[in-house]
Amino acid sequence: MRKELVKFAVVMLWAFGLLFPMLGAQIGFETFTFEWGRLVRVMGLVAVAYGALAAQRALSAHRKRSHRQAGPGLAERVPPLWGWGILAAVALVFPWFADNYARDVAINVLIYVALGLGLNIVVGLAGLLDLGYIAFYAVGAYTYALLNTHFGVPFWLALPIGCVISAAAGAFIGYPTLRMRGDYLAIVTLGFGEIIRIVLNNWDRVTEGPNGILGIKAPGLYYPKLSEAGLTLGHVYIKHLTWLYYIALVIAVLTIVGVNRLDHSRVGRAWVSIREDETAAELTGIDTLRMKLLAYMLGAVFAGLAGAFYAAKVRYVNPSSFVFLESALVLCIVVLGGMGSIPGIILAAAAIIVLPEVFRDLELYRMLAFGGAMTLMMVYRPEGLIPARRRRLELHAREAFAEEEGNA
Amino acid sequence: METFLQQMVNGLTLGAVYALIALGYTMVYGIIQLINFAHGEIFAAGGYIGVITLSFLQSRGVLEAHPTLGLVLAFALAMVYCAFLAVALERMAYRPLREASRLSLLLSALGMSIFFSNGMMLCQGVYDKAYPIQLYSTGQFTVGGAVVSYIQVYIFVGALILMTGLNLFVNRTRLGKAMRATAQDKVMSALLGINANRTITITFVIGSVLAAAAGVMVGLYYGSVRFDMGFIPGIKAFAAAVLGGIGNLTGAVLGGMIIGIVEVFAAGYLASEYKDVFAFIILILVLYFRPTGIMGEQVDDTRV
Repeated sequence: MRKELVKFAVVMLWAFGLLFPMLGAQIGFETFTFEWGRLVRVMGLVAVAYGALAAQRALSAHRKRSHRQAGPGLAERVPPLWGWGILAAVALVFPWFADNYARDVAINVLIYVALGLGLNIVVGLAGLLDLGYIAFYAVGAYTYALLNTHFGVPFWLALPIGCVISAAAGAFIGYPTLRMRGDYLAIVTLGFGEIIRIVLNNWDRVTEGPNGILGIKAPGLYYPKLSEAGLTLGHVYIKHLTWLYYIALVIAVLTIVGVNRLDHSRVGRAWVSIREDETAAELTGIDTLRMKLLAYMLGAVFAGLAGAFYAAKVRYVNPSSFVFLESALVLCIVVLGGMGSIPGIILAAAAIIVLPEVFRDLELYRMLAFGGAMTLMMVYRPEGLIPARRRRLELHAREAFAEEEGNA
Repeated sequence: METFLQQMVNGLTLGAVYALIALGYTMVYGIIQLINFAHGEIFAAGGYIGVITLSFLQSRGVLEAHPTLGLVLAFALAMVYCAFLAVALERMAYRPLREASRLSLLLSALGMSIFFSNGMMLCQGVYDKAYPIQLYSTGQFTVGGAVVSYIQVYIFVGALILMTGLNLFVNRTRLGKAMRATAQDKVMSALLGINANRTITITFVIGSVLAAAAGVMVGLYYGSVRFDMGFIPGIKAFAAAVLGGIGNLTGAVLGGMIIGIVEVFAAGYLASEYKDVFAFIILILVLYFRPTGIMGEQVDDTRV
């Protein structure tokens, strides 16, 4: 106990030393004041957080000693098929019971579900850290924006073109870096994300620079129509949020099904084996460079899909939607949800988009919380909120086996 | 010719700063194979402590009387602060993950980077904090038509002193030897009685001290600091470390200088709005053609 108290005191002193100049000092124009109130409040928070972590540590140590198993997680309690059925039903009827604001938020959630699952291929399955993922989202969005405003290409045609161009961009940036082992990819993709943003910002003749591109058409809907000229195709633009919601839903469901099939395919297993041990994977005959490139390109495809839809929904694109923060946000979704876990990522996407909407006052603290949560997750629960079965087995093999025996 | 010389002077100044930051990246990568994303934020924190110290002294009227003392104090406090910050960072986010996968460690580092930069924003606001530089930015002289300000000389000389100190530390002291041994083979050096955890902490501290100095230098050079000022220089410094050969101290200095000079020349002669792009292009080219960097020896799988 005394040891704990001494540790607590050291941590508090340390925190005080680090916080007091940053929090207290108020620099104005040639003025300097010191504010104690804020410092005291934050120090209180630090003490509470430390206490909570210490209690958690003590509790888990106790649990380990008494061999008691943790209760089944959320994923196990709900029968999977039931769960998916309820989720699908709610998703289908949702726009009819919501106002426009809620529909808008829901569309955002669906876009981020697609983005999170796309990045999940790269990070969760293949184990490659991509920090410039939003660049492919930008490529998709600008592809549709440019094709539509310059050549009048309709949404449904631009969608596959956007995917192809995103995939090409993925191959272009992936090829030189994926030949390397390890984590250079992270920094190169970070740089690539910045390059894309800088180019979008400065290539005024094509991208209109920071002003962005206006006048993008919404997705069209075609239907047969009888007129004086005989049977022709009628055409309306889908601008109502309810219908846009359904398009987003289709894209999200496509991504969910696609990523799920990939996960359980030969290719998915090859990715996981690369993530676990690249040398071993190569020795079992996997063409690791090709597989990594494939993961990277497929991830880009889903981002391109989401990006084209985003441009069609907002009908306006500008570079400030594609900053590093967005890449970090998508990465947060993957990490919090659980790498490789589809239900986890859906839950995390919903949480990360909806929570800041609910707690508007705390919006400034959003990224602070996400950054802190990312590190905390890695330290305390690297498998995420709803762990993928494979990954849980790998991280907590003994406990998971014991639990499964108990269930059987 | 005059413009060329002028660009060279500016490039060397910027390069010295990049080199100081790159040293921290390369040392940490050399010892635990981690891209310490939070390094850029430590650099920014150094800049903030510098401006806080100088403003405090100015508001008490000390700075006008003893400008040099103020400067020394700003550097010293920033370096001490960042040393403590680095220890906290290493304890909280990296040490618990010593046995975890590389991806977990990287994500943890990224989380801390986001946490720190947003923390600084919440503490000190989103706007630039101005350095009281009017005291220091008066003097300048010309060499062959190129204008060299005293600040540039201070930065360059200061960086040289720090690098020489680092070189002496790594090559001449027991701790430096322990660092090199741990970087080469963690298990073997542990068997020989070197405390790996302590050595890693010291590596973090030294890298952060250098970054803190760079932060104050940038504040003095550009006249202000901002919460997100660590992001882009962080990536560029990492590019410099890779260019020089990751894990190699001389390489990091060389790479930093090259990146700084290339950036200034590209901004001057090609297109200034694309100046941030060139470092990344260099990075990608290096990875394409010479992934081990300029000074890098043939590294095996565990290192790259």
